[in-house]
Amino acid sequence: MDNDRAEPGGAGGFIELDGVEKVFEVRRRTGFLKRERRRVRAVDGLSFTVARGEMVGYIGPNGAGKSTTIKMLTGILTPSGGRLRVAGIDPARERTRLAHRIGVVFGQRTTLWWDLPLIDSYRLMHRMYRIPDARYRENLDRCVELLQLEALLDVPVRQLSLGQRMRGDIAAALLHDPDVLYLDEPTIGLDVVSKAKVRGFLRELNAERGTTVLLTTHDLQDIEQLCSRVMVIDHGRLMYDGPLAGLHEAGESERTLVVDLERELPPIEAPEPARVVRVEGPRQWLAFPASASAAGLVAGIAARYPLVDLSVREPDIEAVIAKIYAERASA
Amino acid sequence: MVDAADAAEVTAGRVERGGRVAEGLRAYRLIVAMWIRSTMAYRTSFVLTTLGNFATTALDFVAILLMFSRVDALGGYALGEVAFLYGLTSVSFGLADLAIGSMDRLGRRVRDGTLDTLLVRPAPVLAQVAADRFGLRRLGRVTQGALVLGYALATVDIDWTPAKLLLMPVMLVSGAGIFGAVFVAAAAFQFVAQDASEVSNAFTYGGTTLLQYPPTVFARELVRGVTFVVPLAFVNWLPASHVLERPYPLDLPAWVAFAPPAVAVACCALAGLAWRAGLRSYRSTGS
Repeated sequence: MDNDRAEPGGAGGFIELDGVEKVFEVRRRTGFLKRERRRVRAVDGLSFTVARGEMVGYIGPNGAGKSTTIKMLTGILTPSGGRLRVAGIDPARERTRLAHRIGVVFGQRTTLWWDLPLIDSYRLMHRMYRIPDARYRENLDRCVELLQLEALLDVPVRQLSLGQRMRGDIAAALLHDPDVLYLDEPTIGLDVVSKAKVRGFLRELNAERGTTVLLTTHDLQDIEQLCSRVMVIDHGRLMYDGPLAGLHEAGESERTLVVDLERELPPIEAPEPARVVRVEGPRQWLAFPASASAAGLVAGIAARYPLVDLSVREPDIEAVIAKIYAERASA
Repeated sequence: MVDAADAAEVTAGRVERGGRVAEGLRAYRLIVAMWIRSTMAYRTSFVLTTLGNFATTALDFVAILLMFSRVDALGGYALGEVAFLYGLTSVSFGLADLAIGSMDRLGRRVRDGTLDTLLVRPAPVLAQVAADRFGLRRLGRVTQGALVLGYALATVDIDWTPAKLLLMPVMLVSGAGIFGAVFVAAAAFQFVAQDASEVSNAFTYGGTTLLQYPPTVFARELVRGVTFVVPLAFVNWLPASHVLERPYPLDLPAWVAFAPPAVAVACCALAGLAWRAGLRSYRSTGS
């Protein structure tokens, strides 16, 4: 169990997990009728606390246990073990009571009504959640303004673009004033402008309403721009819990400089600590620490090699996590 | 779309734990209203599919008419009497199908993960799934069944008694309840086997086709199964035996004609338990 990162529960904890486990029995078809049973620990002794009003990025590779955790936090799945509380409620036991306190946005599964104008979906939320009229109007007006939905309210959802629909989904999840908002890949597939709108809105929501936000993402920029805290999960365990900057240190993450030379050349003799990791024709890839400056490195190479083009790639979350994981495994 | 009842509920504050049945019915009503609006977004398509639904079920009865152009009786039942059985089961089944017939899509929702979006709503999942894809076009089947039943009542010379009169609405409602229970139980099974919608069709659509014919044309074992295992015989065969004053299948005692309400309640209770078990299994295993 990974208890050392758990803050003392109680007063500050709005979301509390203590040694939460989820074990699945996976049946795999191995022949026409034969099936193999295997027990998989999707979440393995997870403990953490999120205070009210925090904005936390919850990241990890596919199959790490992210979705399973979110599903347990929303009451969809029942944990196999451990203790879990959201706003003092046990999600598995009191699913419908919890539903009034939480908002959920599944990035790739819209909850909006496909053939109906956007506003109709909101009216359903109004009645299903029994939102008092004044409250509903106020929240709707606010979402419409900040998410720029005015022109979209009377448009059937099927005609909305992906970005518009995502904004519509986020509004739908907030009309009942949830204390906590779960977002599963809120910016996946969105263009740059839509991403900026979504992020701006979430920042404001968190700042003004104090809504606790837990978001899973593959997009490092989501985290950089939104979250003061990151939790990394892999193989159902918490690998890292802290600020994003610390994550780069923990993973000693590296940026990549891609240079196109005039012709094929032997690997560049780059100044320390940069090193060539890959050569393909006239193109070479150099890895260097995220903390080091790219400018000096580029200048050094340009002075000695015939440079045609270059680009710098930021480290992605998968790479950082892979490094953390590799280090843990070898330690 | 805000009606007075809801406005009153809102001013009365949040009903955190109203009766679950009332909550379910409320959610059901809300979602059904949304589906009707969705359907009306494509009015022409709605009219055409309803007519199509009516026409295909109507053809179904034409097959029986054709049969009777060759024979005078089927298992000892005249055309009017077969129409009576046919009309009863079609209306009962049609009502259940109209109300919750799309539940067999549950397996698909489990597979593609959209069931999760229902589980984060403050309403019973059963009500949400039951209302899913509500299709008014299914009124076509009910209408056709009612017409055949009307024809039967006009042609068959029934010696009406108060008990027989009372039995008519009781039969239809209980029958709808029994078919409804089969729909729910079959959906619950899909939590475990997601591609089992064909199994449920065998009992629902298959069941109603069976009941359209007199019990006397079937083997004893089949009639026994339909009476004691999946008690579809209570939808029309047994109560209709009383109305038509026919010998009871399997030499059952006369009172079974009045058992349908009790059987329907028992079936619904069992289906409810099956649903809870299915949902619990889903929530402990995921998809």
